[in-house]
Amino acid sequence: MDLQIALMLGQDGMVNGAIYALMALALVLVFSVTRVILIPQGEFVTYAALSMAAIQAGKLPSIVWLLITLAVLVLIVETWRHSRGVRVDWKSTVVWAVVVPAMAAALVFGLKPQSGWLQALVVFALITPMGPLVYRLVFRPLAHASVLFLLIVAVALHLVMVGLGLYYFGAEGSRTNAIWDASWDLGGVPVSGQSLVVVFTAIVLLIAMFWFFGRSIIGKALRATAINRVGARLMGIPTDLSGDVCFALAALIGAASGILIAPVTTIYYDTGFLIGLKGFVAAIIGGLTGYPGAVAGAVLVGQLESFSSFWASAYKEVIVFTLIIPVLWWRSLNTRHVEDEE
Amino acid sequence: MTNRQWTWLAIALLVIAWPLLSPFNVTLLNYIGLYAMVAVGLVMLTGVGGITSFGQAAFVGLGAYATAWICTSPVAAQALSWVHPDVLPWLGLVLGLIVTGVIAWVLGAVTLPLSGHFLALGTIAWGLSLYYIFGNLEGLGGFTGISGIQALSIAGYELTSPRLFGIIIWVVLLLSIWAMNNLLDSREGRAIRALKSGRVMAESMGVDTSRQRMKLFLLAALLAAISGWLYAHLQRFVNPTPFSLNISIEYLFMAVVGGSGHLWGAVLGATLITLLKEQLQDLLPQLLGSSGNFEVIVFGILMLLILQRAADGIWPLITARTRGWVKPAAAAAASAHVTQAVLARRKLPPAGQVVLNATQVTKRFAGLVANDAVDLDVKAGEVHALIGPNGAGKSTFFNMISGVDDPTSGSVTLMGQSMAGKPSRAFAALGMGRTFQHVRLLGQRSVLENVALGAHLRGRKGWVAAMLRRDRHEEAALLAEARKQIERCGLMSYIDTPAASLPLGQQRVVEIARALAAQPTILLLDEPAAGLRHLEKQALAELLIQLRGEGMALLVVEHDMEFVMNLADRITVLEFGKVIALGNPAEVQANPRVMEAYLGVEDTEGVPA
Repeated sequence: MDLQIALMLGQDGMVNGAIYALMALALVLVFSVTRVILIPQGEFVTYAALSMAAIQAGKLPSIVWLLITLAVLVLIVETWRHSRGVRVDWKSTVVWAVVVPAMAAALVFGLKPQSGWLQALVVFALITPMGPLVYRLVFRPLAHASVLFLLIVAVALHLVMVGLGLYYFGAEGSRTNAIWDASWDLGGVPVSGQSLVVVFTAIVLLIAMFWFFGRSIIGKALRATAINRVGARLMGIPTDLSGDVCFALAALIGAASGILIAPVTTIYYDTGFLIGLKGFVAAIIGGLTGYPGAVAGAVLVGQLESFSSFWASAYKEVIVFTLIIPVLWWRSLNTRHVEDEE
Repeated sequence: MTNRQWTWLAIALLVIAWPLLSPFNVTLLNYIGLYAMVAVGLVMLTGVGGITSFGQAAFVGLGAYATAWICTSPVAAQALSWVHPDVLPWLGLVLGLIVTGVIAWVLGAVTLPLSGHFLALGTIAWGLSLYYIFGNLEGLGGFTGISGIQALSIAGYELTSPRLFGIIIWVVLLLSIWAMNNLLDSREGRAIRALKSGRVMAESMGVDTSRQRMKLFLLAALLAAISGWLYAHLQRFVNPTPFSLNISIEYLFMAVVGGSGHLWGAVLGATLITLLKEQLQDLLPQLLGSSGNFEVIVFGILMLLILQRAADGIWPLITARTRGWVKPAAAAAASAHVTQAVLARRKLPPAGQVVLNATQVTKRFAGLVANDAVDLDVKAGEVHALIGPNGAGKSTFFNMISGVDDPTSGSVTLMGQSMAGKPSRAFAALGMGRTFQHVRLLGQRSVLENVALGAHLRGRKGWVAAMLRRDRHEEAALLAEARKQIERCGLMSYIDTPAASLPLGQQRVVEIARALAAQPTILLLDEPAAGLRHLEKQALAELLIQLRGEGMALLVVEHDMEFVMNLADRITVLEFGKVIALGNPAEVQANPRVMEAYLGVEDTEGVPA
């Protein structure tokens, strides 16, 4: 291997690492606030990438039917809860189950957007509300279950979402047009505009998230919920709504990742799962709770994947997933006393 | 009929029906048997032990590939040319078990010290990796797999027909259920059950929770490997598909749907899911009008519904419906065993000898000093009370002197041994018994079982002895000891009641009985009188006085001042993490600083007008 190849691989690794960092961010966010290990995170990526591809091909992104179904189901569930005397927050319900899905449907069916920005907007409108809708249907009734139980539920949800992905998008893979198809030659190493877009967008999103958690009132409320659920509720923070917000953010990050990655890699209905899992490996390196650690882990995972695809391409998944064994081992060395599980 | 008789009836029906079943049904039952074997392991791991694995299919794969490789690879054939070919499958079994055991041990050693979900995540990664390894290794046939695996032969007779082979599958399955059932009904079984309700409690009873979790994980992995070995010789062909992560997920669902705390739930779950998949594969393409792997959608949605609506699975629902049909087994199976078996007793130190000594114990949480240079000792034959307002650092101090956490500085000695960095179970081994401020009992289990857990360290028999029922003598002695302590604490009328259905105050007494079952030298009681009525408090005080008379050392944290003042020989008062007074009840009551701490500062400067 010469320097040129190493630089190319490094560039690939940065692009993938940026995506994994976004995944890890979403996973850490959802886990720390709701204790859900969101295995289906990658499915949002798939849905977004394949919807984008469908729109660009002039087809109807049929996932809109899933969004409508979820919205109707949530409305039914909330009405049922209301009739049983449970206090329902109708304002947020209307936003997630009526306004945003209606907007997405209008964009998909009415306006057939040509410009890339509008197409991306449609994808965001399609995918983001799925987060809170899924949260309300699947996880909210189990808010007090153990981490392990929620994990099993998340895995079941993953199966459903992959199956639905196959149903709506079919088994063929798709790629989308590059967001920025410029490319330069830097001393023999081709640098594509697309990779710059991916890395730059990821950095902007990461900074936005840090700001959101560090400064904004909603972010602080989420952090409070993550640290102590009961305490947060006593302070008047509606912890159910914090679930909505995290899942919306997770879906939004997933949609962004999908739009970013689709021009770089061919996406199949089940590709998202592997992307999400690599985000997990990154998040685990950060201990499932720390954001900076997760980002560092993501860069490491991206580079490792990229270089191992050069040396042992058949085993690149094995190498990446096996990485968590030494990581967990290192973490377990620092654990001496047992703690009760939640 | 009792449970046991029903089981025999079901087995007899299966035996009678076996020759009459259609080949299709035999095949179905064979697969159900193989799946159930994996699910039984998961019931033990997830339902009973409270940890889970998404890598079971990969262990099945190891079992299958190990024997496939030994039976077909030219390399293996050359190395094993001196072996009779009929023996090869058995070598394959041994190899599969060894490889599985080693890999499971490494995975477990790395993830089990951490919270339970790290094992689950670790096994997801491992399950995925192994699938790619199987698919990419030339020597293992890549994604096309290995064919031409020889049939199993027993005494020169080849088991080529599924009907004959099925007998092996079901015999192995039923034997493993029998062994697991025995294991759960033993000293080690109680320790395994204790894992789920909190490791801190189990460790305080002397259970090495990391070791128990490791053994459970190994057990589940080995059961999966045996299932894989049988699968390879039933199919005579292996490829990576049945060992993928998705199949691991299905195994877990079998355990959860059936009823993850019940061994028969594994068989039920395996049956339901096998039949369901079978039906869905035919039905769905017709409904949806296109072909594809759509059963996974319906399957997943059903899973979500079951997880939300019937988290304990279907088996408990069935047993609740059929309760009237089942006669409870002779409840006193153990009392029939009333033997002369007595447990070894610890020799208590002479009265007045210091049993526990804490010197300059300091604990800092970031900026907060929860304990500041606390000195305290407890002597044999005395009741030492630790009191102080809320937030004084009593609970933190309890954790420091019982191995739940380490002090930042200072030292703790128990029976003259330094306990720096030692886990709770080491404290238990030296004779420390304790109760918890927030009651930690196995709510679903009877009072007898809960108390018997306390005697864990007084038994020796391990897993294998328990599985093969070689522990009955010792078990009878443990249960007899538990009965004795229950009687002593006045709980005889509750002995077979699930612990969670007792009033909270009585649950605290159960905790005391559990601690006594260990025959401790020193007893740490965290608010034992809370929630007790007046007469019950008196009975408790009498019990504690009696224990003191026997030479036990007692350290009591309590808020009920009347209780403390009448009982304690010495009192240590803690405020803001510091000792502000030490002495007998009269001295402490007269101490102005104590009055200040409890009643507030007398405002000498007067109230502004």
